[in-house]
Formats: sequence, C-alpha cells, structure tokens
Amino acid sequence: MSRIQTTFAELKRQNKKALIPYITAGDPHPKHTVNLLHTLVESGADMIELGVPFSDPMADGPVIQRASERALAHHVSLSKVLEMVKEFRQTDASTPIVLMGYANPVEAMGMEKFVQRAKEAGVDGVLTVDYPPEECKEFVALLQSQEIDPIFLLSPTTEPARVDIIVNQASGFVYYVSLKGVTGAKNLDIVEVAARVKDIRDKTDIPIGVGFGVRDAATAKAVAEIADAVVVGSRMVQAIEQSTEANVATNVAALMTELRSAIDSN
Amino acid sequence: MQVYDMPDAGGHFGPYGGVFVAETLIEALDELRGMYERYRNDPEFLAEFEHDLKYFVGRPSPVYHAKRLSEHFGGAQIYLKREDLNHTGAHKVNNCIGQALLAKRMGKPRIIAETGAGQHGVATATVAARMGLECVVYMGSEDVKRQAPNVYRMKLLGATVVPVESGSKTLKDALNEAMRDWVTNIENTFYIIGTVAGPHPYPMMVRDFQSIIGREARQQMPELVGRQPDAVIACVGGGSNAMGIFYPYINDKDVRLIGVEAAGFGMETGKHAAPLTANSPVGVLHGNRTYLMQDADGQIIETHSISAGLDYPGVGPEHAWLKDIHRAEYVAVTDDEAMHAFHTLCRMEGIIPALESSHALAYAAKLAPTMSKDKVLLINLSGRGDKDINTVAKLSGIEL
Repeated sequence: MSRIQTTFAELKRQNKKALIPYITAGDPHPKHTVNLLHTLVESGADMIELGVPFSDPMADGPVIQRASERALAHHVSLSKVLEMVKEFRQTDASTPIVLMGYANPVEAMGMEKFVQRAKEAGVDGVLTVDYPPEECKEFVALLQSQEIDPIFLLSPTTEPARVDIIVNQASGFVYYVSLKGVTGAKNLDIVEVAARVKDIRDKTDIPIGVGFGVRDAATAKAVAEIADAVVVGSRMVQAIEQSTEANVATNVAALMTELRSAIDSN
Repeated sequence: MQVYDMPDAGGHFGPYGGVFVAETLIEALDELRGMYERYRNDPEFLAEFEHDLKYFVGRPSPVYHAKRLSEHFGGAQIYLKREDLNHTGAHKVNNCIGQALLAKRMGKPRIIAETGAGQHGVATATVAARMGLECVVYMGSEDVKRQAPNVYRMKLLGATVVPVESGSKTLKDALNEAMRDWVTNIENTFYIIGTVAGPHPYPMMVRDFQSIIGREARQQMPELVGRQPDAVIACVGGGSNAMGIFYPYINDKDVRLIGVEAAGFGMETGKHAAPLTANSPVGVLHGNRTYLMQDADGQIIETHSISAGLDYPGVGPEHAWLKDIHRAEYVAVTDDEAMHAFHTLCRMEGIIPALESSHALAYAAKLAPTMSKDKVLLINLSGRGDKDINTVAKLSGIEL
C-alpha cells in the first residue's frame, strides 16, 4: 500500500478527515521549505501538496502565482524541489508528499528521469495541472510503474461520463475543484459541492479531496463533513506572504492549528 | 505526399498541439469544439462569415505587384497580399469575425481576448462593438505602454483594457490572464484567441478562419501571373497570418512555404523570438505542445523582438509539424533587417508595413536576388504600420 493509501486508511480507522495544506516550494525562500514542511506536519498536516514553481501558472490565482514568482527569483527548479523532498524524507518517513505543478518542467527534465528521481526522493503523488488524462497516458503508466499515485482534478463542469474515465485512471485520491475559477477564488458553495462529491462517491471508492476555495476554519469544517480531505492552498500561501522570515513558521502553525481543530470538531 | 489532413480528432498535429489545460477548462473546450464542428461547414454560418468579410472588412484583399521593390531587389518578382488594407489594418479581423459569429450562436454575451501589439485587441473590440457584445481585452502592462494608440482605440470602441502586471508583462502573461478570466466566467464568456496557438480547437479554428487569405491568393495569382508563386513568405509569431496563407497551399508541392521568425538582436544573442529557427526544445504552454523558448529547468524565458506581435516564446503547433515534415521552411531575420525592410517598402512602394510583416519583407530581400526575374514571391503583408510609427521614430532618435 502506498503512503497515501496508508494515510487515508489510518484516518478512516480513526474516523478523521485529512488536512492537506499546499505550499509552493521555495516560497518565501528555498532555505525555509524543508522546515516549513516539518512545521506543517507538526501542526496537523496529514499529507502535503508541494507546489513546483512555474513561470506561467495558468490555473492559479494571483496569490499562488506570486509565490511561484518569489520561488523563481531564487531559481527553484523541479530538480531543487526533488532535493527538498529528499531532505524532508530523511526525518519524516510517513507523511505523503504530492507534487503539484505544470507539465513543462516535467517534460524539460524528461518524464522517465523525473519519475525515477521522484521515486528516489520519496514523492508519493503527482498532480500535473495541465495534463488531462487524455494527454498523459504514458506519464501515468510511468508513475504507476514506480507506485507513485497520479492525482487528477475533477471540476464542477466535468461531465459524468468523464468522471468515470478520470476516476479509473486516478489512484491515491481525486481532487475536486470546488468552484469555477482559479486557485484562491471566491468562497465555495457548500451545498453544490456536497451534491457533486456525492455524485463522485457513487462512482468510486478513491478518497475525495476538496480544494480551491477553502478560506477559513468554517469552510474547512464544512468541507470536512462531506469530503475525505480538505486542501488549503491560497490561504496557506497568503499566511506565508504576510509573514516575515522570523514569524513565518509560527504563523503557518497557527493557521494549521485553527484548521485542524475545525476539521476535527465534526 | 498524401493529402494533408491535420489535426486529428484530439487536435494533434503529429506530436504537437493537443489539449493541455486544467480540468476546469475541459468542458468549455468540448462545448466550443462541438459548436465549431456543427457550424464550420454550415452554409448559413459560412454565408454570414463571407458577407461580413466582404462588406465589413473589405475583402477580397488585393494581390499587388510591387514592381519598384522587385526591381530594387533585382531578382524574383514580389507580390504582396494586402491584408494591411483590411478594416482595422491587419489580418486579425478575419478570425475575430468568425469567432464572434460563433459566440453569438453559443449565446455568449461577453467576449474576452489577449493582445500583444494590440492588433488582435483592436480587431476583437471592433467586432464586439459591431455585434453588440461586451468586450474585455487583457494586455501586458509593458505592451500597454509600448502600444498606447491601440489601447486608446480599444477604449474608443467600448472595450475594457485590463493591464496585466504578472510575469514578463507581455503577450504570454496576457494569455494566462485571459485563460483565468475564462475559467471563472465560462457560462457567459467566449474567449477569442488571436493566433493559431492555445488548446484544440483554437489552432485549427483560427487557421480555418484565416485561410481565406490563402484561398483568395490561390485564385488571384493565376489571374495575375498565370500560375501559382514559387514561394509564399509570411512572418511567424504565433503564426496566424502564416497559417492563413500557407494552409490552402499545403498540397501544392511546388510552392515553397517560408515562415519568418523574429531573430531580435540576433540568434546568437539568445534574445530573439524564434523557437523554430533555434530548434528550441519541445514543451507545453498555453494548452498545446510545441517548440518553446525555455531554460534548462523548463521555465519559459523572456523573448525579444522589435515587433510586439512576434514577441512570443511559443509557436502554433501546426507550424511545428510543418517544420518537422519539411513542408514549410522557417528562418529568422533580426530587428535591424526588419527595420531596413520597413523603410524600403515605405520609400519604394508608398506602403507603410507593420513591423511584423516587415520581417517577411526582410527575408524576401535576401531571397529575391538569388532568383531569376521570372520567379514569383508572394508575401503576406499581414498588417499596416501606422501603429508602429512611434517605435520606428524612437529608434531613429525622433520624438513624435
């Protein structure tokens, strides 16, 4: 069983929901990233989505785009991100890491080389935002050959027939985008999200994570009631952006603690 | 060669093209593809398209024998396909009309577009005004500064121009921002992409709408010279004017197709916008796979061209394919060469060309003298240069 599957199985046994924070690797500075990963785990993360900076993050809103720009100012490449994961793994053997990014850095490194290096570094899942299932069959096969979970997005506009196709290719978990828009957009509509999550649940046993509009403890709590995992991205990155180097870890931990207790209060 | 039949059903031109977008955009693209398939051969739709091209744009655009220029080059005869004479001053409007007609049929009251030099923005704003559609144009804040007259034109036409401050603040960032708007406002918004890039069906659809250029030329050339030209030359940024004139000629094996990219400060400096000529690595950007200017880590790099319309790190996927199968040749000319050609056409023929089109002219200046006087070169004069006079004056040390 993969680390992601183990994590979800354990949470289910404890009757808990997963909290998955997102940060961009190298933001605010590459020297902080590994420490921040540990901070996230210590303050309640069950799994972490680590963003790979890209010059043209088309699906992201301004908050995550700025994080990408801050990281790229320090030349944080995919290769460096993998080194960060490797370093994190030396002292954390259990928390799953999902890389979230765009296709071009992967293709520039070469798919096979990337998958091999990701495996060596201890990456558990890969979400490539601009690889819809039709365009990444070879990549998915490579990931699965190394037991890395390919994570796919489902959106409010994804047709039912297409949901079938996607959940059949996905493993680990699927990521339901809770609103029409980019990351960090307006608040989500929990009633609509609940209905859509139920539709997906009818088709698959894979855990369902929900993200793209989780802005505060109240939303996190509401999402935790209907999904298996709550993904918090832009709000987390915002906390980093609004911090100084001295208090970034404290602020991230405080936000995590708040989200964790909201989710666990269900 | 077999009869050319690209792209495949998934929008692939060999290994290029495709649909590389987040799941949030898939349904919108499926809807667009379905509607385009429904209307692309619909007689009523095509009749309306052709009507607008004739009475609103002023088509067909003439093919003009540039005799003094031909004499000056001292070789092949130069013929210019006069897209600069279109309403709004460039080829861009052909595609905007096609897509806006589609938007109306899809019941979308709001149009968005990205623009670099501002030509596509102006053409979109023009067509939106005429059809009574709301129009929002995304433009890199650098380009907003460089192309102030076009920004004002768009505003006169009732469009909202949104300066984009992210990334390199140029065309590629405007495209990112337009995509973000689209994914957020999918229900009421139609995104008019201005070039033969983006996710399927855009490269095919824009090519189809622009191929009126080549279809007219294929009729006009035999009337003028009794045969088709020996070569067709067009500038390539994203590549829509080139695809428009190349496409109807693809099965005419004897006609050389030559795309001219922007070599900027020179290919050897790395400061250019010529991914095909440079043999840049293949990658994924803006929804399609193509040759891309990028660093070793796969980050898209800033490009340079004197011409904002060519200043783009990628290129339409069909051009990538035509390069690989050797059906089209791709070369590049520098800023200086394009400027020289700009001035030459002004003085020799009384035509002020766009800086984009000046790149095609600059390559003709090199090629024509190597050919005999009975050879024929057809150049797509994709736009007029009024928009560029500030840039040109500044380079000549003149403040207007």
